[in-house]
Amino acid sequence: MLIDINEANARAITAIQAAQPIIKGIGTCGEVVPGMKKNLILHAGPPITWEKMSGPMRGAVIGGLMYEGLAGSQEEAEKLAAGGSIEFSPWHEHDGVGPMAGVATASMPVWIVENKSNGRCTFCTLNEGLGKVLRYGAFSKEVIERLIWIEKVLGPVLKEALTHCREINLKNMITQALQMGDEVHNRNKAATSLLIRELAPAVVKTSFKNEEKEKVLSFIHSNDHFFLNLSMPACKAMLQAAEWIDGSTIVTTMSRNGTEFGIRISGLKDRWFTGPALIVKGLLFPGFNDEDCNPDIGDSAITETCGLGGFSMAAAPAIVKFVGGSVGDAMNFTRKMYEITDAESDSFHIPPLDFRGSPLGINLLKVCEKNILPQINTGIAHRLPGVGQVGAGLVNPPAKCFEDALEAYVETWCKDL
Amino acid sequence: MSDLNNIFKQTIKVINIGIPSFAQDLTQQGIMNVHVDWRPPAGGNRKIQALLEKVNQWQEKVRAARGKK
Repeated sequence: MLIDINEANARAITAIQAAQPIIKGIGTCGEVVPGMKKNLILHAGPPITWEKMSGPMRGAVIGGLMYEGLAGSQEEAEKLAAGGSIEFSPWHEHDGVGPMAGVATASMPVWIVENKSNGRCTFCTLNEGLGKVLRYGAFSKEVIERLIWIEKVLGPVLKEALTHCREINLKNMITQALQMGDEVHNRNKAATSLLIRELAPAVVKTSFKNEEKEKVLSFIHSNDHFFLNLSMPACKAMLQAAEWIDGSTIVTTMSRNGTEFGIRISGLKDRWFTGPALIVKGLLFPGFNDEDCNPDIGDSAITETCGLGGFSMAAAPAIVKFVGGSVGDAMNFTRKMYEITDAESDSFHIPPLDFRGSPLGINLLKVCEKNILPQINTGIAHRLPGVGQVGAGLVNPPAKCFEDALEAYVETWCKDL
Repeated sequence: MSDLNNIFKQTIKVINIGIPSFAQDLTQQGIMNVHVDWRPPAGGNRKIQALLEKVNQWQEKVRAARGKK
């Protein structure tokens, strides 16, 4: 085929730049997510079996089964998960994303984000907060009770509140948050504040009891990462617009399941290219050490794939207090990512770099030629199920993902004319 | 040989290509230098270099074929 790679990649970049992700509403996972069913568990990263799942992923599956009432105990859940009647599938293959373990089950409420430029929707669960939470593999009574409260109160209150407020354009909100020191992966303080500013008056107008409204607003207020579960589906919606363009070498997915890191390339459709997930280097909470850390996990690297997160760390110097490194490192991470990307975002600007657009459109060929791997910042889960988060830090994908993708690209496209 | 000896009698200005620590050592000794951040393509990985070359050759053929149309 007479495909010019630069033209194919320009098409992909144009589609990403044109995307306008907005909050469409909140729905029930089993009702709105394509292909979702009662015995299916969605998870982060590339496809994986129960046998190969890491501790935090297994913990989240156990918690998900207990939350759904499909298992009454850890032992029952483990037996059920290993028995074959429960199916597992990556969020990315259902138009969604999940932070850390990313486990979602049929009854969970999900954000529905619509890209107004193409009408397609993406999905993500509602953020539970930090510490002992399902996405880090915790499944204690308090975790399950919080999930039930999210289903019975938080989701319904926000769903009704969204009918009382003006349309929330997530791209605009992320643009503002970058001017306020966020990079919307591990720092969502400003974005969460901007969101609550929009939602609070609408929450007050809902028909729920005052104590429920107060608890909803307090919950969002107490959780600086609440916006993460919106920045992720917003990024997914933007990148989804670049799927699948013949001959394009733009990376549309980077995600991890705690065992493997997987990428997908625009011109190679839905094929996964995987390698072992690496250990995250960073700052650990008191009482934990390197041996407690699980390898890299979560779909949140969708933010880096979209030029945010580790790619925009120069916009968020305060984040080094959470993930480690110096402010100079943060500046250099962003500068380096321009070497492996094809464009600069029209919307996301980085104040300390004289408002330069964030590095956008990871080009497989540039990653391989320059031998520079994408820079990701991320949370760290305990390697055992049931414990939760132990810190945050910095990590790269394994080079194998990109090398295998390049080989497949040559086999697929570089035919004799 | 005499030309080489003359070089060291002048103020030395160095362009360092590749390994940063060479430039850092010169800086510590007060020698003027400019560092160029260069690495061999694909980090020297022959297999990846060969694959990238196939992509380049394919693109040259595409451009040639399009030019003929």
